[in-house]
Amino acid sequence: MDGAALWLTLRLSIATTAILTLVGIPLAWWLANTRWRGRFLIEAVVALPLVLPPTVLGFYLLVALGPHSPVGKGYEALTGSMIPFTFPGLLIGSLLYNLPFAVRPFTAAFSSVDRRMIEAAWCLGESRLGTFFRVALPLCWPGVLTGIVLTFAHAIGEFGVVLMIGGNIPGVTRTLSITIYDDVQSLDYASAGQTALFLLGFAFVVLCLAQLLSRRGASL
Amino acid sequence: MSEELVVDFEKRFAGGTTIRANLRRPAREFNITVLFGPSGCGKTTILRSLAGLERPEAGEIRFNGETWFDAQQGIFRTPQARDIGFLFQDYALFPHLTVAQNIGFGLRALAKQERTDRVDEMLRLFEITGLESRYPNQISGGQQQRVALARVMVRRPRLLLLDEPLSALDASLRENLRWELRRLLGEFRVPIVLVTHDRVEAIALADQVVVMEQGVIRQTGSVQEVFTRPADLSVAKIVGTETVEPGRVIGTEDGLAVVQVGGVELLALLPEHIKEDAYVCIRGEEVVLQRHVDALTSVRNRLVARVVSIVPEGPMVRVGLDCGFRLTSLVTRPACEELRLQIGEEVVAMLKAPAIHLIARG
Repeated sequence: MDGAALWLTLRLSIATTAILTLVGIPLAWWLANTRWRGRFLIEAVVALPLVLPPTVLGFYLLVALGPHSPVGKGYEALTGSMIPFTFPGLLIGSLLYNLPFAVRPFTAAFSSVDRRMIEAAWCLGESRLGTFFRVALPLCWPGVLTGIVLTFAHAIGEFGVVLMIGGNIPGVTRTLSITIYDDVQSLDYASAGQTALFLLGFAFVVLCLAQLLSRRGASL
Repeated sequence: MSEELVVDFEKRFAGGTTIRANLRRPAREFNITVLFGPSGCGKTTILRSLAGLERPEAGEIRFNGETWFDAQQGIFRTPQARDIGFLFQDYALFPHLTVAQNIGFGLRALAKQERTDRVDEMLRLFEITGLESRYPNQISGGQQQRVALARVMVRRPRLLLLDEPLSALDASLRENLRWELRRLLGEFRVPIVLVTHDRVEAIALADQVVVMEQGVIRQTGSVQEVFTRPADLSVAKIVGTETVEPGRVIGTEDGLAVVQVGGVELLALLPEHIKEDAYVCIRGEEVVLQRHVDALTSVRNRLVARVVSIVPEGPMVRVGLDCGFRLTSLVTRPACEELRLQIGEEVVAMLKAPAIHLIARG
């Protein structure tokens, strides 16, 4: 198995999961509580990566962030490098593509919290933020944790978007799932099998964990 | 500044329903205002608006001179800023916290020692000492109610809002707690607004009853006023006046109105606004049954009636009578046994003139 690819994959997954947890929790809390009629629009945008071919997302990202786009030019002027085929580019693609795997479980978890618990806390003088941390989160943390675990697991195995926006640069943008593709292309079935088995085992363990967590959540 | 709770607002819902509320109550003393009406009449919406959990579209809410809500000035105080206590219908205890943690939840601003003292004081007052470390799902419904009340009262709210406080309990417990609750609440010198659809609960707890139907307040008054003298037919139906029969005022006698109902003439207090057609309302408790006419009684209306039905209802017995019109009497069980009532037999129904309430018809 390619050590550099494993290290890159881990860095990418951890960064993706951390950012999506920080961004996804407020977004999901808002989605679960808003009475705004246009809510479905945001929900649809969040869910889009679930049905969209990764190549489509990757293609638009390439166009939007490429060296000829305003964003790409601005970034290049600031940092001297471009976004596609670099780690930041990879991360942006991974973030967008994994958004539903974080936000949807979070939203489901927050929606499952009895509304009266929240209102009871407000009437007892607790602020909205305090209510979130003292009532909502303790009541639905298994659901939130499930979202985090799923996001991490999914980010580990991401292929299409990564290939489109990251390319296949060893040590820079070449992730584990891409090494499998490469190995198969060069008929190195032994190496491909090793990596594939690792990813399969990892995914299985993670899903078992997620199942256990959601059962724990249901019994609360 | 007026030491009053002043409520005058309108809350509109998307489906076209509109809830209108207006009432004034003393804000600095213990008194219970009961919002009474069938489910869906808007009473809970009023309670939630008082708490700041709903924001009305028009009008105002003032408490003790403070503006809690004013649509025109765009003022809206959040629940956190109103200093209220809200008891939810099924108590909404936090399942992940112990009894003590639940009660102390709203005391985060206090020092630890004071918080503990205040929680202990509530545990004693509500007689739930010993349950501190239990979780809400490990205690009984009655205990949950006490914990929920303690959690609310420990913060010393200025206004207490109770949503169907007894409906989550089973019948026998409800029976006992009904009377206990008023005593318990009286320990705190705060005004209370309580929502219920149970008339016994309303009678047991209310200083002031506000009768609601379809989003509108139909009548406001003391228990006696509202239950004995309903303002119109719909209030009579909501408060469950046992006998409501159409009749006609045909004259006066000794300053009393002579009303004809189903071929029988009754004497009633002379109403002000009724010309001729009226509904005759009689509470079941006001109909006294006897075997024979008592010569010494001053009761003006004595009707010979045939017993049509006998239905036990808790501590009371509901006796259906035919005396030219359908009359219902509520008697206690011992009284019923003493009279040895049998279906088909004749008895004498006695009715004082003030017990007969007339409301306009047509």
